Amino acid sequence: MATTSSRFLGRIMISPAVALLLVWMLVPLAMTIYFSFQNYNLLMPGMQEFIGWMNYEFFLTDPAFTESFFNTLQLVCGVLFITIIGGTAIAVLLDQAIVGRNIVRILVLAPFFVMPTVSALVWKNMFMNPVNGLFAHMFTTLGFEPFDFLSQAPLASIILIVSWQWLPFAALILLTAIQSLDQEQLEAAELDGAGPMARFYYIVVPHLSRAITAVVLIETIFLLSVFAEILVTTNGGPGYASTNITYLIYSQSLLDFDVGAGSAGGIVAVIIANVVAVFLMRMIGKNLEK
Amino acid sequence: MGNITLKQVTKNFDGHEVIKPLDLSIDNGEFVVFVGPSGCGKSTMLRMIAGLEDVSSGTIEIDGQDATETPPAKRGLAMVFQSYALYPHMSVRSNIAFPLKRAKMDESLIQDKVTKVAETLNLTPYLDRRPGQLSGGQRQRVAIGRAIVREPAAFLFDEPLSNLDAALRVNMRLEISQLHKDLGTTMIYVTHDQVEAMTMADKIVVFNAGHIEQVGSPMELYRNPVNKFVAGFIGSPKMNFIEVSESVNGTQVDCLGVRPEHLELSDTEGKWKGKVGVLEHLGSDTFLHVDIPGVAKLTVRADGNCAYEYGDDVFVSPVTEHVHYFDNSGRAVKTA
Repeated sequence: MATTSSRFLGRIMISPAVALLLVWMLVPLAMTIYFSFQNYNLLMPGMQEFIGWMNYEFFLTDPAFTESFFNTLQLVCGVLFITIIGGTAIAVLLDQAIVGRNIVRILVLAPFFVMPTVSALVWKNMFMNPVNGLFAHMFTTLGFEPFDFLSQAPLASIILIVSWQWLPFAALILLTAIQSLDQEQLEAAELDGAGPMARFYYIVVPHLSRAITAVVLIETIFLLSVFAEILVTTNGGPGYASTNITYLIYSQSLLDFDVGAGSAGGIVAVIIANVVAVFLMRMIGKNLEK
Repeated sequence: MGNITLKQVTKNFDGHEVIKPLDLSIDNGEFVVFVGPSGCGKSTMLRMIAGLEDVSSGTIEIDGQDATETPPAKRGLAMVFQSYALYPHMSVRSNIAFPLKRAKMDESLIQDKVTKVAETLNLTPYLDRRPGQLSGGQRQRVAIGRAIVREPAAFLFDEPLSNLDAALRVNMRLEISQLHKDLGTTMIYVTHDQVEAMTMADKIVVFNAGHIEQVGSPMELYRNPVNKFVAGFIGSPKMNFIEVSESVNGTQVDCLGVRPEHLELSDTEGKWKGKVGVLEHLGSDTFLHVDIPGVAKLTVRADGNCAYEYGDDVFVSPVTEHVHYFDNSGRAVKTA
């Protein structure tokens, strides 16, 4: 792609794909913005009219919004915390020479291939069910009252389920990062008198910082839009205890049939996602430039 | 201090014997170079001395103490790695201070020592930079600094110059030799480059296929190689080998060896008649590749003003007192 003509040709060749992507993105965005300024409720056909910022006011002043905003925050941060700490631990373990290492690696990776609805259902019915669940059995065997995870600690339970799904991803990325660490650095540190913990803290963790940054960025994008796990387990309840912003928008537009308020919520979610992205890039993006 | 004694040390990898039973003693203050072709076990031996590899059998003694099972950090040895193994996320200062910090030394004392080492190695302007911002030679010096600051009983160098370009390598070679004279500490230096071995060593240990071929001073190895391998490995360009069938001092010899610098050229008479092939002019010397039909292709060193040209006829004869003879197992046969 050196000459002017080849560059020009290159641009022409990729333009259909770019145009298609733009249309794919801009049309829904434009429609959402349009609907967000309309009084548009499917239960009241024929009443559609322009109402200015009313939908936004309605969405933002709803007490459910504040609650679901903080739920989203807890969900994202909680899952990030668990997957990074757990993922690093698993990566360090998988890096050791053990018998059947390849099989163990595949087993560890498996949860990532299970679709969210299925894994949430498995957790809900096989583990967390207060009557038949494995946890309930464990509790009763040990002489405790069974704990009803999904109604007594709904958000924590969802964090647990989502963490289980994302742990393999973090572990995999961090494992490849650990494997790229120059062994001579570890040996040098060993000769310099650093024990296993000091080697981990001074050599391995700084080496992993870039990979951790990548994991945080990628996971955040997906965790902001967690939906299926909530739908099949708690339906956002009890009350709004496990509703995140994505789920709130769903309940506004599809359960209450309020397309206008739902669209306004969608735009708010886009803005929040962008704020988070800019914030993350500023805070840890410089890690990636090194 | 820095006496290191190896007794019947061996190393097996998955039942494959990498180091055959090996004895070696290194005196305090010596500059010992392990040299040999790649895969000969010299690096493995160094790593065993450092404690980074387990010893399969035998003992390693440091200062008369059995250190075979001692963890690396407790052996009082410092190592400079081929890749330098600097900590990329730490400044030069923190890199050099790392071993002292691990030893829980007093902070002000650490700073004093780091400053002093940085001055010795001309690293003062770079103390706050990261290794990634340094050139190859500077990184090398930081790695050496990190080793010096610990004041170890001995330094171990694992092919430290092989990542540097030729000019820098010559400089660093001098600097390391100078450092050895200044510190007077035992140094063990692994290289596959016989020039580094010849120029730096007090004592060269020639490794081949997991055992020691010969131990001696550079000139001893040059003058009296015990076998064909050492004869061919030490010296540049390589010694010429010519197949013969003679009897020397009552021993049957199969091979005659003579170094390029011990061959004389003549227009009129000599032992072998041949044609001059490619000439390599180095300025100070000229290396001639002379093809002797039915005998061998010989490399001959002549002085820089050598007037021969490609295709000239020439006579070559060896200087008798510098000719080496080898028997059919490759062992050197004494001529006198």
